[in-house]
Amino acid sequence: MDIGTLLSYPWEIMMPEFIILIAATGLSLTDLFLPSRVNRRIFGWISAAAVLAALISLLTQAGSEPAQILHNTYRLDSFSISFKALLLFGTLLVLLISTSYLARSDVEEQGEWYYLFLAALLGAMMMASSADLITLFVGLELLAIASYILTGIRKKSAESNEAAMKYAINGGIATAVTLFGFSYLYGLSGSTNLGDISREISALSADHGHALTVAAFIITFVGLSFKLATVPFHMWAPDIYQGSPLPVMAFLSVVSKTAGFIILFRVMLSIFPTVQGFQPDESLYQSVMIFVSIAAGLTMIIGNILALRQNNIKRLFAYSSIAHAGYLLVPFVAFSQMMFESTWFYLLAYVFMNLGALAVLHIIISENQSAHISGFAGLYQRSPVLTVCMTIFLLSLAGIPGTAGFMGKLHIFIGALFADPSRYVLVSVMLVTTVVSYIYYFSIMLHMYMRPPKRYTKITWPIGATLTIALCVAGTLLLGIFPGAALQFLQEYFWFNDMFTLN
Amino acid sequence: MDWLSLLIFSPILGMLLLATVHRKNESLIKAIAVSATALSMVIAVLVFVLFHQGISHAVSYQWINFGHDNIVFLLNYELGVQGFSVLLLLLTSVLTLLAAFVATFQIKKNLKPFFLWLLIMEVGMLGVFSSENLVLFFLFFEMTLVPMFFLIGRWGDRERERTAYRFLIYNGLGSAVLLLAISALFARTGTTNIALLQEIMANEVQGSAAISETFRNGILWAMLIAFGIKMPIVPLHTWMVRVHVHAPPVLVIIHAGVLLKIGAYGIITFGAGIFPEQFAQISTFIAILGVINILYGALLALGQTELKHVLAYSSVSHMGIVLLGVAALNQPGYHGAIFQTLSHGVIAALLFLIVGIVHSRTQSTQLKDLTGLAKAMPIASGCWLVAGMATLGLPGTSGFISELLAFLGLFETEPILAGVGMVGLILTTVYVMRIILSMTHGKHTLKPPTELRDLTHSEMAPVFVLVLLIIAIGVWPSLLTSTLNLTVQTISIGIGG
Repeated sequence: MDIGTLLSYPWEIMMPEFIILIAATGLSLTDLFLPSRVNRRIFGWISAAAVLAALISLLTQAGSEPAQILHNTYRLDSFSISFKALLLFGTLLVLLISTSYLARSDVEEQGEWYYLFLAALLGAMMMASSADLITLFVGLELLAIASYILTGIRKKSAESNEAAMKYAINGGIATAVTLFGFSYLYGLSGSTNLGDISREISALSADHGHALTVAAFIITFVGLSFKLATVPFHMWAPDIYQGSPLPVMAFLSVVSKTAGFIILFRVMLSIFPTVQGFQPDESLYQSVMIFVSIAAGLTMIIGNILALRQNNIKRLFAYSSIAHAGYLLVPFVAFSQMMFESTWFYLLAYVFMNLGALAVLHIIISENQSAHISGFAGLYQRSPVLTVCMTIFLLSLAGIPGTAGFMGKLHIFIGALFADPSRYVLVSVMLVTTVVSYIYYFSIMLHMYMRPPKRYTKITWPIGATLTIALCVAGTLLLGIFPGAALQFLQEYFWFNDMFTLN
Repeated sequence: MDWLSLLIFSPILGMLLLATVHRKNESLIKAIAVSATALSMVIAVLVFVLFHQGISHAVSYQWINFGHDNIVFLLNYELGVQGFSVLLLLLTSVLTLLAAFVATFQIKKNLKPFFLWLLIMEVGMLGVFSSENLVLFFLFFEMTLVPMFFLIGRWGDRERERTAYRFLIYNGLGSAVLLLAISALFARTGTTNIALLQEIMANEVQGSAAISETFRNGILWAMLIAFGIKMPIVPLHTWMVRVHVHAPPVLVIIHAGVLLKIGAYGIITFGAGIFPEQFAQISTFIAILGVINILYGALLALGQTELKHVLAYSSVSHMGIVLLGVAALNQPGYHGAIFQTLSHGVIAALLFLIVGIVHSRTQSTQLKDLTGLAKAMPIASGCWLVAGMATLGLPGTSGFISELLAFLGLFETEPILAGVGMVGLILTTVYVMRIILSMTHGKHTLKPPTELRDLTHSEMAPVFVLVLLIIAIGVWPSLLTSTLNLTVQTISIGIGG
């Protein structure tokens, strides 16, 4: 490959990635040469600006023709654009929370903090835009390794170190499992390109490919479930969320989870729907969905039941995030024409409601120096506005109408019941576990409204967290009352079927 | 002009005003709350009058479009009323005004949040009865859930938090079942508009793949369970007894007066309205449930030693009459069911209004403590007598008309069950006489009569309004029937009765 060919590629389609890459490299070099006495606070705003710029340049790409460069290792289609927007937006909010968090924390490496976030984001974005197992895996690892460091960035905190250690070990195992699954895919097809893999596996006759193909599916799914925090790889979440700094927890529970869904969708949907299944009239994808639906059901049940017993608010939100991952698997199982819209919309709603709630959590935890649920006691007397904001996020997480969470759930239900066959059992499990989730979400509200406060000092509002809360309240309510705007954006600019063309 | 939206969202004006007032400024808070609910009532009366002049009030705006390309799930913001719902709107706005008024002297602490929640709940209740579309209905339905949770949990008695959770879980499960039914209908038919659904169900060839007989039955059962919890139908009633007992009496005025009626409204308009044929098939079963409700409620009411428990089981018993009326599948039956829904709303409100007043004097609602009140509180006891007589269905009160019509209907189709149900009416007489006699007569044991003040002037107003309503409906039922005729005809045409 000479320089002429290299330059002939339409590199401009990678613009958002380049912006993040340049910002991350620039910040790391500046951090290296800048005297240590200079405050790194400005880094936060620079990285937030870079993410915002990347988001804007990404949105200008919306509605463009699907394109690919480098033999499909990088592709730009509706799926990648729309889901990358979620990653960028989620990271933007996490960076905003970070600016308030770092102002009051014991983290010494404030420069590192920001470019590690950017590196992790870059990995996630590569996962969204790749149709090749190698680049997908590189993206996955870039995200994972940056997250391991971020988890343990509070060097002097035993909790943080423990979390980082657990995360690295668990993550390593999960990565190994994923890679093992990928190796089956490669072995069956002789290619790392998802399109080629799909063609090769479809061409294998049923009698000598089946068992291995099913094994490839299940092993890969199990490996990827780590990033989603769903059964069977969900146990890590509470410990690691509890131990890691709050913005990192926010990143793991929103951005990293979104990235997990992205790679899951990309790999599974590119390969398996065209492969012959157990029955003559179904694809292998549909045949093995029974395993995924069991995993989804268990995830919802375990997440919601265990959340009931938590007094530590970070652990409570960890289990709640497990439960939400379970809800998000429902469209994946249902495999209706609406699955992308359902997932995208719910993830967007989740970005707003979960990050909003975590921003409030950040304020509460830094006020009390403890993550016990009693920190919320009497919040209504201390700050009615903050209480109302938190109430909106909690109602949305619980799926009460008028909020984004309800519209997201309704979208998932309609998709799952519209699908053929209708997923009544899974939808019922989701509904019943949602009612269970009322108990713990409402118990936080009970503390806020009905318990006497420990002290009556005013709550201070740090600027980054305040911005996040304001954006999230607006988003949660707008998506709940006028979801039409977001849905119309999807309908007008994205045709998710182009994921399957251009191989 | 979009009168219904104006009506539904009118309490929000009051909420905005309340939000600006300091929580210590109690007199202003009370004034705003009462005038906000009064404003809603004025608009509700206007809606009612305009409805009688033939204005349909139907509005529809495009709201959300799920799906893409060729798959369309259009969800509109659609409001409209018919005879039944316009009366329920009126009932809701009147009872909320009375409750807000009574709350100004019965609720002692945290007035501002109390009225804020009450006004949110009013938005929900008014919305429920004006929605022409199931998703919108559900949205407003859930909007009553959260305020109720906080109102019980914060202003109830010692058991308030457990009661609030009990309420939340039972009603949450009911809502979950309802949402499943609504989503399934939406996914299969592509619409949740009630009129359109009725049309689709009537025209669709039986047994076609998309909307099979099993599917219809499944949805109908889901609705019965969901609204059965709300109504409540025995054995799904335990939460409701707790709420009656542990919530503040002023809240129970709304709970027994309006919220339980959503269950009856749902079964009549959606259950029987959308699936008339399937409903007709299980009508005997519904009638049996109704009889069980009547007898179970009345028997348990007989054995209670505490006043609120008696009234809670009496509510269970009376909602059974609604079920009997619907199960009759004929015009008198429907009239009876709807009449009972409205009339019990007024009667229950009066009963709990007086319970609240008595409780504020005696600090006890144990029957053994409440004796000989007639001497100290003659006016209150007189009104108590009216409420009791209306409960047992004395001619001349609203209770009589509804029970008469419901049983008239049922004797036509299910004479045996109707006969068994009549036993419940005798039991009702017994328990009502028991509480009235023991409370008004006998020696007062708790406090000297000088300490038991009779109704104050501000308490008289709401009590007399409700007494007048009960008697007015009782002696002049065509007040309601003229509004209801069209609704009842529409339902009974669908059901073939």
